[in-house]
Amino acid sequence: MNRFPEKQTAITGIGMSEISRGASKSALGLTIDAALAAIEDAGLSRDDIDGMATWPGDRGDGTGMSDVGIPALQDALRLELGWYSNASETAGQFGALFNAIGAIAAGYCRHVLLFRTMYEASARKTGFVNALNKPGDRVFGPFQWFAPYHAYAPVFQQAPMFNLYAHRSGMTDEQRAWIAVTQRKNAGLNPNAVFRDPITVDDFLASPVLCTPARLLDCDVHIDGSTAIILSHVDAAKETAHPVTRIEAVGCSMRYRNSWVQLEPFDIQCQPKVAEDMFNRTDLTIDDVDMGQLYNGFSFHTINWLENLGVCERYGAKDFIDGGHNIALDGAFPINTDGGAMSAGRMHAYGQVHEAVTQLRGDAGARQVPNDPKVAVMTTAGGPLAGAFILVRD
Amino acid sequence: MTETSEFPLRPLPALTKDTEAFWTGGKDGQLLIEQCDRCAYYIHPPTGFCPQCESRDTHFQPVSGKGRLLSFSINHRKWMPELPERYVLGIVTLAEQEEVRLVCNVVNCDPDAVEFDMPVKVLFEEQDGCWVPLFEPDGDAT
Ligand SMILES: [Zn+2]
Repeated sequence: MNRFPEKQTAITGIGMSEISRGASKSALGLTIDAALAAIEDAGLSRDDIDGMATWPGDRGDGTGMSDVGIPALQDALRLELGWYSNASETAGQFGALFNAIGAIAAGYCRHVLLFRTMYEASARKTGFVNALNKPGDRVFGPFQWFAPYHAYAPVFQQAPMFNLYAHRSGMTDEQRAWIAVTQRKNAGLNPNAVFRDPITVDDFLASPVLCTPARLLDCDVHIDGSTAIILSHVDAAKETAHPVTRIEAVGCSMRYRNSWVQLEPFDIQCQPKVAEDMFNRTDLTIDDVDMGQLYNGFSFHTINWLENLGVCERYGAKDFIDGGHNIALDGAFPINTDGGAMSAGRMHAYGQVHEAVTQLRGDAGARQVPNDPKVAVMTTAGGPLAGAFILVRD
Repeated sequence: MTETSEFPLRPLPALTKDTEAFWTGGKDGQLLIEQCDRCAYYIHPPTGFCPQCESRDTHFQPVSGKGRLLSFSINHRKWMPELPERYVLGIVTLAEQEEVRLVCNVVNCDPDAVEFDMPVKVLFEEQDGCWVPLFEPDGDAT
């Protein structure tokens, strides 16, 4: 048996609900749509699903950030499970997938249904949601250190990291714009993307500054929608409907201070060691990777990952992304080929997985990365949250 | 008076046995940082455990209140109607030990004059039993 058990697992099914800026269905209804689509895509039936995982699980707060957890979906689908787990204190959003690898390797289950449901577009119409804290709150947990300083939005709380990065790297707004511009171009080729009209560098520069250096067009876009993934034992994967897209290596470590304030390094976030750990679990190098589906809650996350994966050198992303050629669909390292969270919509890292599988199967249509791509890297997220994995079509 | 008097009430941290000293030291004008009795390492956030020498014996030490601005962001967005349009969120490294970082608002200063690595010093604003550390430019620093 290989000493890296992730290599025994493969993504066999993908499904996505309608993605919109205001759904006609409930969050649970969207989740069922995605789950049934993923099960069907894998060529499986409900009876085959014997594991479930999600990140971060039902928060019960109605903010839309995570309104559907395992109990609601398990009961709706009446699944019989050998293993299940949500995972919120883990290596970012992919922690649920990393746990599922362990469960499959341990023999608890063979086919795990993973899902991530966002209902923030609807929730934001009815309440003051997605804030770290509110006036009058007494704040517990990691965000208590930001509590008294009128830092209500994640973008403001993280902006000092971004500002230090911009300061040390010398990246200009004109250069950074190419993340947003390139992703929007990709979204124009994705019928499911919520923002599809092309934008220019000038549009980016006209986009309002929220908090220096971040602009509105540096941010992901809230949606209603659900993504589901079936992770299977590779032996079982061979019986499913599509070419096998196998997990090659994961980075799930935490060899740094898990703090949004004390994390080190501060400007490039906690990703370098996680990327290094991932590459230590494979013979592949970044030169073997055909594309990146890189987290982009904010464009700085994507920029940081480009450097921390070694796609370009430290503080070299400004030249690498300038003009957009290198990161375009036909570039040296295509990224976020569906438009990413900033244009396709904030599926919160699971949209990236859906897109990588679609690309590796050769099913991406007008936005298909050329030359028969076989290897994709996926990353999430920002600050002290960092996780990454490589997916390979053998 | 600080510039922040125009702000709405601040959300406040929930005080615990670990954090109460830090958030209330300002009533005596002191910035209190937990320090190891044995090796003098500053522990922040406070935990009662020294990660350097594993001692459980610690105390809250008044520090100089001086530091430098590691990074910052100038807010441009009216997140809610009561908030002023421009204010500064800062991350300060403490003079006594660089890896102790404090979140703050940088006050008594034109936001556009805030700079990386700027020397700053602490001041406090009391609200509801909590003495919130803020920082302002340290004109005495060289
Ligand atoms: Zn000590």
